[in-house]
Amino acid sequence: MNDWQPGTGLDSLRQRGRVLCELRSFFQQRNVLEVDVPVLATTSVTDCNIDSIATLPVTSGESAGYLQTSPEYFMKRLLAAGSGDIYCLGKAFRHGEAGSRHNPEFTLLEWYRCGWDEHQLMAELGELISGLIPRVRIEKHSYANLFIEHLELDPHQAELSSLQQLAVKYGSDAWSNENRANCLDLLFSLVIEPQLADGLVLVYDYPACQAALAKCYSDPRDRRVSRRFEAFLNRVELANGYVELTDGQEQASRFNADQQARKVAGKPPMDVDQNLLAALNSGLPECSGVALGVDRLLMQIEGAASLDQVMPFSWSRC
Amino acid sequence: MANFSTNEFRPGLKVMLDGDPCSILENDYVKPGKGQAFNRVKLRNLKTARVLEKTFKSGESLEAADVMDTDMQYLYNDGDFWCFMEPDTFEQHQATENAVGDALQWLSEQDMCVVTLYNGAPLSVTPPNHVELAIVETDPGLRGDTAQGGSKPAKLSTGAVVKVPLFLDEGDVIRVDTRTGEYQGRATSK
Repeated sequence: MNDWQPGTGLDSLRQRGRVLCELRSFFQQRNVLEVDVPVLATTSVTDCNIDSIATLPVTSGESAGYLQTSPEYFMKRLLAAGSGDIYCLGKAFRHGEAGSRHNPEFTLLEWYRCGWDEHQLMAELGELISGLIPRVRIEKHSYANLFIEHLELDPHQAELSSLQQLAVKYGSDAWSNENRANCLDLLFSLVIEPQLADGLVLVYDYPACQAALAKCYSDPRDRRVSRRFEAFLNRVELANGYVELTDGQEQASRFNADQQARKVAGKPPMDVDQNLLAALNSGLPECSGVALGVDRLLMQIEGAASLDQVMPFSWSRC
Repeated sequence: MANFSTNEFRPGLKVMLDGDPCSILENDYVKPGKGQAFNRVKLRNLKTARVLEKTFKSGESLEAADVMDTDMQYLYNDGDFWCFMEPDTFEQHQATENAVGDALQWLSEQDMCVVTLYNGAPLSVTPPNHVELAIVETDPGLRGDTAQGGSKPAKLSTGAVVKVPLFLDEGDVIRVDTRTGEYQGRATSK
């Protein structure tokens, strides 16, 4: 048995080292400060579709700890404390996510730009990728336009019943009663994603029902959309960004909605991170932030078919 | 029967789908950005041998199919059924023409093969990967033409027709790959 050996060759190991180095120098040249935040905390995300890995009580007598699914909450507390532009290059953990494009532990690059909007941040993401993949093709589309092009349907205005019908057609009967966000996700993943162009494709103005932690606004055609974007590299989802929600009250009500959704889905409850809400209430500067999966980026740089080929030890080897 | 959840789907697992037994070929975990996870699963319907692709919500489950691959010896054909025997227990099973399917053209009496049982009855028959069979009908052999590499059809003792090199004659025993139906060479011993 050769199970002790890494999944990557030495070339891939060196490539990873080089890319980590280049990512750091990209931000150093732009005066973005690297921050090193905890991966272990007493709370975690409430998002119904993201499950945290719980630990034993961290010190005696406490409740469980959680490995963080992203550095977002700690970084926002730093931003509220006046850190200015920051980035974090570290590990994140998600329960139950394992497959050719998922690993329960992964390397995440997340950065925030104060006073920037999503289009400025998408442009910077494009520059970052162009530095790593010379002459990479970059395209930019609104979420609505992609749906209209590939499914002849306006995702923001279509009736839920027509979305469910399409989801049943492309997915299965299990989607016949599904909510708007889940139907849209299925259609995007199964129908649109495989037809995206080679290179970097930036998709912005996500539906309001998928806002997560992004601000919402009314687009030029007066449709309620979120200021959230995603980036796809050769049809693989690479990054997710927001114009960050700064309103503590709105954030609290979204957290409450998350907790209801968790209850309905039969998922274990998750306490709201009161420190994050307090930070928002004390004043989070207007900013945009984006998180990028470094392992998936390496997959695309190397043309690998699975994460296992670019991670020294993916979960199957741990 | 037990149920299997999407995170237990592995290649080779036998499950029931829309009333038919299926074998899982591939299971890909998909999770969009902030969305709900689902699984893209490729399965082979064991009755029709057709490959289909299905999407499941992560956590959905399917009932296990009572499907078992068993080594058996082919005994005889009584006109309606093909009879197979489990060598350990001498238990005999009658397979329909539908179940024997394409395996029919490769099976000689006494051959060992894999019979897939579904709820205890033969569902399909997989012949050995290689069989050695005699040519019963072909155009006369052309001696001295071995280097040219031409081929001609030859009918074998079981009824299968395969392409063979020109130099072979009726009565010659050849080795055939049943997965591709291709001639592999002259049998070394029989």
